[in-house]
Amino acid sequence: MVDSNGKSRILSIQNIIIKFKLRGQVLTAIRDISLDLYKGESLAIVGESGSGKSVLVKSIMGLLDKNGFIDQGEILYKDYDLAKFSTEKDWLKIRGKEIAMVTQDPMTSLNPLKTVGKQIEECVVLHQGLKGKSAYDQTLKLLTDVGIHDVEKRYKQYPHEFSGGMRQRIVIAIAIACNPKILICDEPTTALDVTIQAQILQLLKNLQEKYGLTTIYITHDLGVVAKVADRIAVMYAGEIIEVGKTHEVFFDGKHPYTWALLSSLPQLGAKGEELYSIKGTPPNLFKEIKGDAFAPRNPFALNIDFVERPPFFKVTDTHFAKTWLLHSDAPKVEPPLSLQEFFEEGRRYAHD
Amino acid sequence: MINREVLLEVKNLNVTFGKGKNRYQAISDVSFNIYKGETFGLVGESGSGKTTIGRAIMRINEVTGGEILFKGKPISGKISKDWDREITQKIQMIFQDPMASLNERAKVDYIISEGLVNTKKYKNEADRLEKVRNALLEVGLLPEFASRFPHEFSGGQRQRIGIARALVMEPEFVIADEPISALDVSIRAQVLNLLSNLQKQNDLTYLFIAHDLSIVRFITDRTAVIYKGEIVELADTEKIFSNPIHPYTRALISAVPEPNPYKERAKTIEIYDPKLHDYMKNPPSFVEIEEGHFVLANEEEIALYRKRTTIGV
Repeated sequence: MVDSNGKSRILSIQNIIIKFKLRGQVLTAIRDISLDLYKGESLAIVGESGSGKSVLVKSIMGLLDKNGFIDQGEILYKDYDLAKFSTEKDWLKIRGKEIAMVTQDPMTSLNPLKTVGKQIEECVVLHQGLKGKSAYDQTLKLLTDVGIHDVEKRYKQYPHEFSGGMRQRIVIAIAIACNPKILICDEPTTALDVTIQAQILQLLKNLQEKYGLTTIYITHDLGVVAKVADRIAVMYAGEIIEVGKTHEVFFDGKHPYTWALLSSLPQLGAKGEELYSIKGTPPNLFKEIKGDAFAPRNPFALNIDFVERPPFFKVTDTHFAKTWLLHSDAPKVEPPLSLQEFFEEGRRYAHD
Repeated sequence: MINREVLLEVKNLNVTFGKGKNRYQAISDVSFNIYKGETFGLVGESGSGKTTIGRAIMRINEVTGGEILFKGKPISGKISKDWDREITQKIQMIFQDPMASLNERAKVDYIISEGLVNTKKYKNEADRLEKVRNALLEVGLLPEFASRFPHEFSGGQRQRIGIARALVMEPEFVIADEPISALDVSIRAQVLNLLSNLQKQNDLTYLFIAHDLSIVRFITDRTAVIYKGEIVELADTEKIFSNPIHPYTRALISAVPEPNPYKERAKTIEIYDPKLHDYMKNPPSFVEIEEGHFVLANEEEIALYRKRTTIGV
């Protein structure tokens, strides 16, 4: 699959709708998302809890909860349509081998009763087809790759003998051991301290280069995004409302929700003054949402925002936003003042 | 600075856990003052002891050495019953996880008035209801919420209930232990604004415990950086950020991700190695390196830091 820009698409999500059955009601978690993932890039999906970012990537791995189902749409990977997969056997072709995942909490994703070496070796044996000594050697190599020293001793230790950061390194080693093409990192550093977070993010970046991975980061931390992402997709209430290259979304964001997210960063606030905060709460996903889901909380909302759902408007070849403000008939609206300064500053950096 | 009233004084605080072989020194020789009306930040990584200090002030953790004074009177160790009751009311705490810190089986009304009931701080039932009602209004919730259970609320609303529970006691000093780290980005701003407004209205003093430096920079007046049970640096918050002296502070600040892709990628991260200090022969002390700016260092280091500060590197 080669795109018009000459980049090759590795994964393509098309018009996907995901619903959940809950207490006799139906909740629409993902409301018509289309998204392409290009080979070798690192894409960050940003959104608040409940925006559907985790549901979206879980559907790529076939890890939706039992009451969740794909109502419509396609997830194209290689010759497969992952949305059509129904049995575990189907998914075993993809999980780990093609697409692997690093989850948020390293405390819960490791088996406490097995040495970390064995846990990594399991994947090496299963996915790389190695045995005995060569599997052992490969495991030690992986441990070294994720920045663990004294590997022979560490191989024999149990998860409780490692710190949080070290455990996350082990989880990453397990993910890499499967030789995946795509690595999904779901809030990989939320449970870690800042100094450790910086190290883990650097490690992920290095591994991406070394193994030629395509990565998807899920996060709510815009600082993390700034560090690792080539492209950003901003999610709100089950849809992607803005997507673009990192600097485009950061310094030329178009959707009022993107503005609101950036403005509420304490770094942009002035001491002693009110910090910008988004009023109200996210919409109820059990109900059908009319128009732009963000409209009731949006100080810039136009009348049409409450009636009709905005399509993607093109800003540049790589940057799109779902807001009526970009329509040629829309009144001209400037982003909030504090944000304009932030945009200015960003553009100055871009020049240098 | 000298004229300001000291509200809380922590003097050479030591906290240890366990006995004999398992003895663990969580806090060693920590001293600081908190002035009336300010927001004092305590920053450190997990395991650094920042929460333990907060809990020692709340008298949840026993103080092994040193003392803590509130308005000049000791609140650690043995104290009189009246004073005990008074500080129970004057010092309140807001907890990190609003999902875990509210009693699931109690209605909001009970949760908020539990402290009132325990200290008999109301005249009659009507007075109690009025106090709960006011506390709810103050944190931006509706008085009707009093009859509901915690699970009916979102994380941000639950944190507001936690704040109302502290406010109803009419405290002077509030310990906020990571009050917003469990909340979503957009809700964080709301709760931060609420905390600063309440501070202005009710003349509160905060001890703000956090690991997120960008939030600490926004909300606190002075900050102490704590590493493995010791304060390594203490100064006005802006000083800490504009002129960090201790290598650990520098490492901590450099690790905070900035929401600017250009800056973030150009930046080098400093890594702190405690081995760089030579403290065997020459033990460190907590010294004032410029006005109001304290750092943990030995003589050699002080000379070095002084030089750096004066030439402004």
